Order: sequence, then structure tokens, then C-alpha cells
Amino acid sequence: MKRNGPLSRLFILLVFLFLYAPIFVLIVFSFNDSKSNAVWGGFTLDWYVQLFQNDTVLSALRTTLLVSFLATLIATVVGTAAAIGFYNMKRRPRGILLGINNIPLTNADIITGVSMMLLFVFAGQALASLSGWLNNLEWVIDANLWFDLDFNLGFGTLLIAHITFDIPYVILSVMPKLRQLDPNIAEAAQDLGATSLYAFRKVVLPEIMPGVVNGALIAFTMSIDDFVISYFTAGSQESTLSMVVYSMVRRRVSPEINALSTLMFVAVLVLLVVINLRQGHQDAKEAKRRKALGAPTIAPESIMDITTENVGREPSER
Amino acid sequence: MKSKGIAIPYVVWMAVFVVAPLVVVVVYAFTNRDWSVTLDHFTTLGQYAGVFGRSFLLAFVATIVCILIGYPLAYFLARERGRLRGMAMLLIMLPMWMNFLLRTYSWVFLLERNGFFNNLLSAIGLPKLDIINTSGAVVLGMVYNFLPFMVLPIFSVIEKIDPRVIEAAQDLGADSATVFRRITFPLSLPGVLSGITMVFIPSVSTFVISRLLGGGKTLLLGDLIEMQFLGSAYNPHLGSAISLVMMVIVLICMGVMNRFGEGEGEAVLL
Repeated sequence: MKRNGPLSRLFILLVFLFLYAPIFVLIVFSFNDSKSNAVWGGFTLDWYVQLFQNDTVLSALRTTLLVSFLATLIATVVGTAAAIGFYNMKRRPRGILLGINNIPLTNADIITGVSMMLLFVFAGQALASLSGWLNNLEWVIDANLWFDLDFNLGFGTLLIAHITFDIPYVILSVMPKLRQLDPNIAEAAQDLGATSLYAFRKVVLPEIMPGVVNGALIAFTMSIDDFVISYFTAGSQESTLSMVVYSMVRRRVSPEINALSTLMFVAVLVLLVVINLRQGHQDAKEAKRRKALGAPTIAPESIMDITTENVGREPSER
Repeated sequence: MKSKGIAIPYVVWMAVFVVAPLVVVVVYAFTNRDWSVTLDHFTTLGQYAGVFGRSFLLAFVATIVCILIGYPLAYFLARERGRLRGMAMLLIMLPMWMNFLLRTYSWVFLLERNGFFNNLLSAIGLPKLDIINTSGAVVLGMVYNFLPFMVLPIFSVIEKIDPRVIEAAQDLGADSATVFRRITFPLSLPGVLSGITMVFIPSVSTFVISRLLGGGKTLLLGDLIEMQFLGSAYNPHLGSAISLVMMVIVLICMGVMNRFGEGEGEAVLL
């Protein structure tokens, strides 16, 4: 293919300007000593100080990190196990299950959020009427034993929702690693006397580990970034950071939001640099190992490739 | 390593938290508050035809704009070599990793009457424009938020095209326009199709973008659904019916597009 001329370079530049101008402006105005977002009133760090004295923001940050961490942990374990189970299935059941697995990915967020909210509300009502019915039974009245089954939207439902939309990403990044796996090596380990669990831990797991780690990272990012599904499933008591941002943004006044977005942008930047360094390190190790084995050097997919591949694959696998 | 049993927890999980919620939506859509079966919610949907039309129109326009910007961008980036290409892809991803509410919010004060953009216009002696709180602003918000979803799949497909195929075409006398029309474009079509899905579905169902940039004047399907569940017009049964109809229309659109796209791709390849 031909190289890009100056015109196509200019086009690339303009699109990047479009993508970054809003972020750049947010960052600059987070240091602005004026309530206005249009007039520059001098440099200040006041908005950062105010942000860290804002209890709503801090407790939302705690909720977000906790729910994302727990959801990622559970989704990674359950998702990896499910991917291995799916992989061992026959073509037809596997196709059906992977199809259902893709539903949360392809459905609009609002539908996923609304449908889970309805399920939780429905289940809550059903439990409440169940306990009402139980409380009317004679033996319950005689034994003076009262049932109070009920639950409301809250941290529990938020966590369930996050796990549900995280697992598909874990499965989509573990599956390709399983397909690349040579089925003979696990059998060879077992022939040499390893129990199947030992063979899994020592042979299979290290091979699919990059997929598992990528899946976990994608799941964590999705959880941190989610707004719509959390908005419908968290109820009125719990708030994630996105939900706080939404309520702040609707009032459109506080430059604290600018400070918050700057911090979040820097956090993402740091995370990306760390991931890239780790990836580079891994690539080097991999290359060394392949060289030692005399195998051709194959660059393993980076996190980014995995994401784009999954993104590209969604509709066709549906 | 031959066990299928370890998938059981997730299969149960999917049954309860993926399939059951959709069943509940269907049940709600066909029932009244007192759980009697009814079709009323669907027959009254006619009064929301305007909202349906507006949502699909704006999402359609946003998708077209995303293709017009995203395809050339992906194509040019795929032609870049070395460091710039790796960096460029990272730079496309980076805004996606930032909270999308914040990114959308920043457009509010870029486009405001006394915002950054209008100050810039008046500084160079042009009249101020009323962009915020219009359908145009909503489309801009959609394009801004979902453009990376168009660029990424197209880029990854173009990148995987075997350069030898293009060289072969050139050897056989094709000029660069012919190469693009007969080789690159047909082979990149799957990427375009998944890009369309990934832009269209979030655009048609958004309520955040229309609320922030449309100022509540541009009512979309997402707003309508949100109002039935958490807003003033609380009626989950009607909300379920609207969700169900939206889901079915989107599925039909995507099904038709994918079929059309496959046929097209094969026809050109033959």
C-alpha cells in the first residue's frame, strides 16, 4: 500500500483534535480560578481540594472500586471455568451457550439495565408475598415464627449486574487462548502421572493466563466505566462514581467535575502505561523463550488487539 | 481437561440473570398493573411514533457520519507504518477509557451560548451559533462518543488484509482506485458492518447524550424508557413494551444489514 500524503495526515490530525479538544479543555479549566467554564481567572488548585472534601464523591469512589474489584474477581473465575467447560462441549450446545453469552454484549445497555431491574423488583415482590403467605400459615402463627423475606435494590443487585455484564468479556478473551492450546500437552502431563487438577494448574493455566489477565482487565475497565446498567440496578441508596458524575453534570455548575475528570484521565493514562510496560516485558520474555525453543517469534496480541478483535467479532458470532 | 461440568455455574447464572430478565420484560409488556393480559401497551405505542422516528433517524445520521469519518481514518492509520500506527491506535482508545459522561459534558460548555466555541467565533468576528440543545448537538455527541467503535473494527480488518493480494492486483494492472474498489473495500466490509452495529445500537438507545446535549428538548427512545422506570411517568409495563419493540426493530435492522452485507461481499468477491 502507498504511504499517506500530507492531506491524509491532516485528516488524521483533525480527527484527533476532535477527539481530544474536549478532554484538553476539561483539564485546563480544572485549574481555573473562576466558576465559569469560559473565562480564565487565574491558576488554582481549589477544585481539587474541594473534591477531596466531598463525601458523596469519596463514598461513590469507594463503592465503584469495591463493586468493580469484586465483580472482576468473580467474573474472572466463573468466566474462565465456563470458557473451559464450553470449549469441551460439542459444537451445537457450545454455539447456543455462546449465543446467550453474547446477549449482554449486543443488547443495548438500557435494555440490560431495565430488564435486570425488573427481575430484581419482581423477585423482591415475590419474596415479600411469599413471606406474607407463610406468615398466614397456622403453624407459623402457632410457633410465633415470622418470615421477613424481602430485598431491595442496592449493593447486592449492583454487584450481580456487574458480574453479569463482565463475564462475557472474560469468556471472549479466554476462548481464543483455549483454541490455540495443543490438547496433547495436557494429556502428555497426565500420561506422565499428573492428576488432572495438577495438569490443569501446571500446564493449561499458564498457557491461557494471558487471556485470563486480559479478560480481567477488560472486565475491570467495563465495570469502572459503566453508568447505564448501574443507574438502573443500584437503587437509591448506593451510588457509583458515574452516577455521581451524572447528578453533578445535570446541575452544570461545579468545576469540581473538571478536577475529577482530570484525575480520572491521569489514572487511566498511568494504568495504560503500566499495562504497556508489562506487555513489553512479557513480549520480550516470550520472544526469548521462543528463541530458546527454536520456534519462530510470534508477537502475542496486546490488550488492545484483544479488545478490537472481540469488538469486531461480536455480531458475526451472534 | 475434558470436564464440561465447570461451566454449570455460569449456565445457571445466565439462565437467572440473562434469560430470565428478558422473560420478565416480555411478561411486563403483555400485562397490566393487576397482571391481567393485555395488548394495550402496544396499541398505544402509536402516540410515540414521533419519538421512534426521531431516535432511529438521529442514530442513522450519527452512524453515517461515523462511517464517513471513521472509514478514512481507519484506512489511513492502517497505511501508517511503525511507531505512529501503534501510537495512533492507542490514542483512539484513550478517550474511550475516560468516563463517557465527562466527555459528553465537556461538549456542553464547549458549545454553550457563552462557551469556548462561540467565544472563538466572536473573537474572529463571526456571529455566535446556537448549537447546544438542538438535534445537531445530540448527533455530535453520538459521533464523538461512538466514533472509536467504528474505527477499531474497520482498522483491525484492513490491517489483516494480506499485502500480497493487493500486490497481485497491482501486478495484474489495477490502479489504486480499482484496488480499493475491488479488493480493500470488499474485504473491509465485515469491519464496517460490526462498526455500524456498535455505533447504531448505543446511539438509538441513549438517554444521557440527549439529556445533556439536547437539553431535554430532543426526546429519544432511551429517555422515554428511562422515564417509565425511574422518572416521572412511572409505568414499567409500558416501558417494557417500548423496550421490547425497540429491541425487535434493532434486531430486524441488524439481521437485514448482515444478510445484505454478506451477499454484497460475496458478489463483489466473485
